[in-house]
Amino acid sequence: MELFELTAHELADLIRRGEVSAEEIADSVLRRIDQVEEDVRAYLTVTRDRALAAARAVDARRQKEEDSGPLAGIPVGLKDNLCTQGVRTTCASRMLENFVPPYNATVVEKLYQAGAVVTGKLNMDEFAMGSTTEYSAFFPTRNPWDLSRVPGGSSGGAAAAVAAGEAIYALGSDTGGSIRQPASFCGVVGMKPTYGLVSRYGLVAFASSLDQVGSLTKDVRDCALVLNAIAGHDPLDSTSVPMEVPDYTSFLTGEMKGKRIGVIKEMFDEGLDPEMAEVVKKGVKKLEELGGIVEECSFPHAEYAIAIYYIIAPAEASSNLARFDGIRYGYRANQEEGKELDLQELYLRTRSEGFGPEVKRRILVGTYALSSGYYDAYYLKALKVRTLIREDYRRLFQNFDLLVSPTAPCLPFPLGEKLDDPIVLYLADVYTVPVNLAGLPAISLPCGFVRGLPVGMQLIAPAFKEGDLLQVAYAFEQNTPYHKERPPLQGKSPAEAVEGG
Amino acid sequence: MAGYEAVIGLEVHVELRTKTKAFCSCPNEFGSEPNTNVCPVCLALPGVLPVLNRSLLEYAVQVGLALNCEIAPFSKFDRKNYFYPDLPKAYQISQYDLPLCRNGYLDVEVDGYTRRVGITRVHMEEDAGKLLHGEGNPGYSLVDLNRAGVPLLEIVTEPDIRTPEEARLFLENLKAILQYLDVSDCKMEEGSLRCDANVSLRPAGTDVLNTKVEIKNMNSFRAVQRALEGEVQRQRSIYESGGVVFQETRGWDEDRGITVVMRSKEEASDYRYFPDPDLVPIVLSPEEVERLRRSLPELPVARRERLIRDYGLPAYDAGVLTASRDLADFFEECVRVYPDAKKVSNWVMGEFLRLLNSQNLEVKQAKLSPSHLVEMLQLMDEGIISGKIAKTVFEEMFNTGKRAAQIVEEKGLVQISDEGELAGIVEEVLAAHPQVVDDYRKGKRKALGFLVGQVMKRTKGKANPQLVNRMLEERI
Ligand SMILES: [Zn+2]
Repeated sequence: MELFELTAHELADLIRRGEVSAEEIADSVLRRIDQVEEDVRAYLTVTRDRALAAARAVDARRQKEEDSGPLAGIPVGLKDNLCTQGVRTTCASRMLENFVPPYNATVVEKLYQAGAVVTGKLNMDEFAMGSTTEYSAFFPTRNPWDLSRVPGGSSGGAAAAVAAGEAIYALGSDTGGSIRQPASFCGVVGMKPTYGLVSRYGLVAFASSLDQVGSLTKDVRDCALVLNAIAGHDPLDSTSVPMEVPDYTSFLTGEMKGKRIGVIKEMFDEGLDPEMAEVVKKGVKKLEELGGIVEECSFPHAEYAIAIYYIIAPAEASSNLARFDGIRYGYRANQEEGKELDLQELYLRTRSEGFGPEVKRRILVGTYALSSGYYDAYYLKALKVRTLIREDYRRLFQNFDLLVSPTAPCLPFPLGEKLDDPIVLYLADVYTVPVNLAGLPAISLPCGFVRGLPVGMQLIAPAFKEGDLLQVAYAFEQNTPYHKERPPLQGKSPAEAVEGG
Repeated sequence: MAGYEAVIGLEVHVELRTKTKAFCSCPNEFGSEPNTNVCPVCLALPGVLPVLNRSLLEYAVQVGLALNCEIAPFSKFDRKNYFYPDLPKAYQISQYDLPLCRNGYLDVEVDGYTRRVGITRVHMEEDAGKLLHGEGNPGYSLVDLNRAGVPLLEIVTEPDIRTPEEARLFLENLKAILQYLDVSDCKMEEGSLRCDANVSLRPAGTDVLNTKVEIKNMNSFRAVQRALEGEVQRQRSIYESGGVVFQETRGWDEDRGITVVMRSKEEASDYRYFPDPDLVPIVLSPEEVERLRRSLPELPVARRERLIRDYGLPAYDAGVLTASRDLADFFEECVRVYPDAKKVSNWVMGEFLRLLNSQNLEVKQAKLSPSHLVEMLQLMDEGIISGKIAKTVFEEMFNTGKRAAQIVEEKGLVQISDEGELAGIVEEVLAAHPQVVDDYRKGKRKALGFLVGQVMKRTKGKANPQLVNRMLEERI
C-alpha cells in the first residue's frame, strides 16, 4: 500500500505513532499527481511548494510534541471556487483566470488552522454550473474508473482527485448535487451539510440560497473528521447558524438499530438505470439487515424540483455573476486597435468573452425569470413550490429518521456525449436537487458497481442531523466492501486521450 | 398661483453616521483619500458576504419611530440589480416590498397653519461609490469606492405638500429630527442629505392626477424651494398656454435658476428586485422596538413645548431655539446656571445666531460656550459692563474664545460707576449744551436722553447709564 491510497484517519494514526512524517505523505501524494494527472486532469493549480512547506511545518510542530489534531499534515485538494489567499482562484472560468484573492474562504482558513496541507485547486464546471466538469473553461476532468467517462460535476475535479489518490480528501461545493453526484460517479463519500452549518464566506457564489461547502472523502470517518473541522458559526456569513457543533466522530458507533428509513419510491421509477436500481435496492436491503426499519414513502413534489431549481439557481446566479464586469478585477475585454470601448461595449465584450456557454445560458434564464412581467410566473411560483418541497420533507421526517434514494439516475457517461443537450444533463441532478431546495444534509456512499463503474446511494436527514446521517452511513460502510475499492489507474499510460470540451 | 395647486412629494436620502459601513466593518468616514475605506466586502470581490451592521437597523427604527411610522416586525433586504461602474456588486442592497417603516407622518407649521405630510415608507439601503470624471486622462473616469456600502435611509413622503415653502419647511423639520436623533450629519453640500422631488400641477381643489416631473440635484434647502417654485411656474405656463407637461427627470441649475431636462422617462428600468439570499430576514420583537422607543431623545416638538412651559418663553423664541438641537442644548446649559431665561434667549437668538450665520458656522464650531455667555451676563448684573459694552464683549468672545472678564480687563471696558470720576464730564456736558438744559427745564423730558448720550460718548460708552441719569437730574 502506498501512502496516497490511505484515508486521512489512517494517515493521522501513522503520523501520531511517528511511523511517517507529513512530508512523506505530501511527497507521496505529489508523486501520485505526477504519475496520473496527465490522465485524470483533476487540478487547475498544483501548489507543490506551499504543500511541502506546510507539511514540514506540521512535522516541526510534532517534533516539539505539539498535537495538531487529526487533519494536521493530511493533503487536501480544494475546489477552485474556494478562495485561497495568494493562490489563484479561477472558478474554471476565463473571467477569473488570473484572480488571486487577498483572503481565504472561512473553510480554508479553518483547514489551515487544523494543519492541512493544501495540494492545489481542483477543476470544476465553470462557476459550478454543470454536471460533468466538461464546462470547465480550461479542460475536462476524466473519471479515474474509466478515463473515457466524465467524473460528474461540478465538483468533478475534487471527486476524481480523491478517487485517484491525488488528494487524501477534498472540499467541494454542492448547489444541486455538485458534491454527491460526482462522489457517486467516482466511488467516494460526498457530503452536503445542512445549509447554514458551514460558512459560505469565500465560496464564490453560484446560487446563494442553495450553495453549501462540503467534503469528498474516501470513507465516512474522514467525512466526520472534515465536518468537525469546517462546521460552525462564522460572523462573516450571516446565514451561518450560531449553534453548538457536536463531535461528529462520536456518532460512528457501528450501530443503527431502530433507525426508521424511508425509501423514496419516486426515485426508483423509470428514470433510473435498472441495473443501478438493483444495486441501490441491495444497499437498502443491507440497511434493513443492520436493524433499520425500512419502509417505502412518497415524495409528491419531487417531479417539480428540477424545474424550479432551474429557475431559482439561475436567477440568483444572474445577480451573483453581474459583478464580473471588467472594471475592477478579473477578465477585461481588450481595446481594439485605435478604438476605445465605451462603457456599454466594455461590459458586453468582457462578459461575452469571459463567460462560457453554460454560464451565459443560465444568466439569460435567470435574468428572464426575474424580469418584470415574468417574475410572478416564474420566480415567485418557484419559491412557492420550494415551500411545498420543504413541506414534503417535513411531513416525511415525522415518520422517518432518514430518507434513502439513489444519488444519480445514471452511470458516468462518456465524455462529450451529453454536452450538447443541457436538458438531459440537468436530469443528472434529479435526485439531489430537492435536498438543496430544502437546505437539508445528505450524503452519497459507494454502494456497489455496475459494469465496473461505481454507484452511489444517497441518505438524507432533517436539518442539522448530520450525526444521524453519519451514524447510518458508517454502519453501512462497516458492513460493505465498496469503499475499499480503488480505480485501477497506473498512470503515465499512453492515454487514449479523449478530446472533450 | 390662482387656479392651480401644486402636488409635491419628496424622496429624501440620508447617510447615517454609523461608525462602520452597512454590511462590512470599513470605517464610515467622509473625505478620506479615495479607495482607502474599502475591503473585499464593499469591493464585492468574489466569495465575500455582507453582514448587517446592527446600528444601521437601530438608527432606522429610531427614525421611523420619530416619524410616527409603523415598524415592521418582519422585513428583509432585496437586491436592486443594475450595471454601473460605481456599483461594485452590480446590485444595491435595498428594501423593496417589505420596508422597515411605513405609514408615518410629520407635521409642519407654515404661517400659522399645520400641514401634515404623510410618510409612505422609510427603508434601509447602501450607498454606491463615486465616479470622478476627467481627472488625469480625460478619456477615463476614476472610481472611488469609499462611499460604497455607506448606510442610507430612504424617506419617501406622500404627495401631500402643496407649496415650495412647505417643502423647504418639511426638510428643515426633518433635518432637525435627524439631528436630535444624532443619526446623520445632514449636510446637503457633502451629500449626506439628498432630496429629489416629484411635482405636478392641477386645478385647485380637484384631485386630478396630472403628469409629474422629477427634480434632482438640489443641494440646499433654499435650492429645493427655488427649484420647486421654478418648476411650478414652468408647468403653470405650459398649462395656461394649452401645452402638455411631459413625464421626465429635470435637474436644478443653480446658476441659471431654472430646471433643465436630464432624461425623458419612456423606458422604465427593470431592476429585477428579489430577496437577497445572503442576508437573513430582519425580525424585530415588540420588546426590541419598545426598547428603542424608550431610548429616543426628546424631539423638537416636545422640547419646544417644554421650553414654553418650564421657562415661560414666548412660542416664537422656543421655536427658534429648538429648530436645532445644539442651539437648544446651548440655551438650556446657560439657563441651568443663569435662570433668567428670556435674557438668555435674547442673546442666543440675537447676537449668537447672527454671528453664527454671518460666519457660516455650526453651534458646535463656535469658540463661545454657554459659560462664556453666563459670565458675561453676570458682569452686566454686577454693573461692571453696560449692555452696549456687552455687545462688543460678546463679539470678541465669539471671535477669540476669550473670557468676558479678560476682554473687559484688556480693553479697559469696565463701566465707570464712580461719581467723582464722572462729575467733571457731567459738568462739561451741561456747560456745552445750555439750550438743551433749558429745554429740559421747560419740561421736554427727551432732552435728558441727549445729554446722557453726550456723557456716554465722552466716556466711550463706559459710564454707568443709571448713574449718569441721576447725576444729570440732580444738577439741572
Ligand atoms: Zn468594506
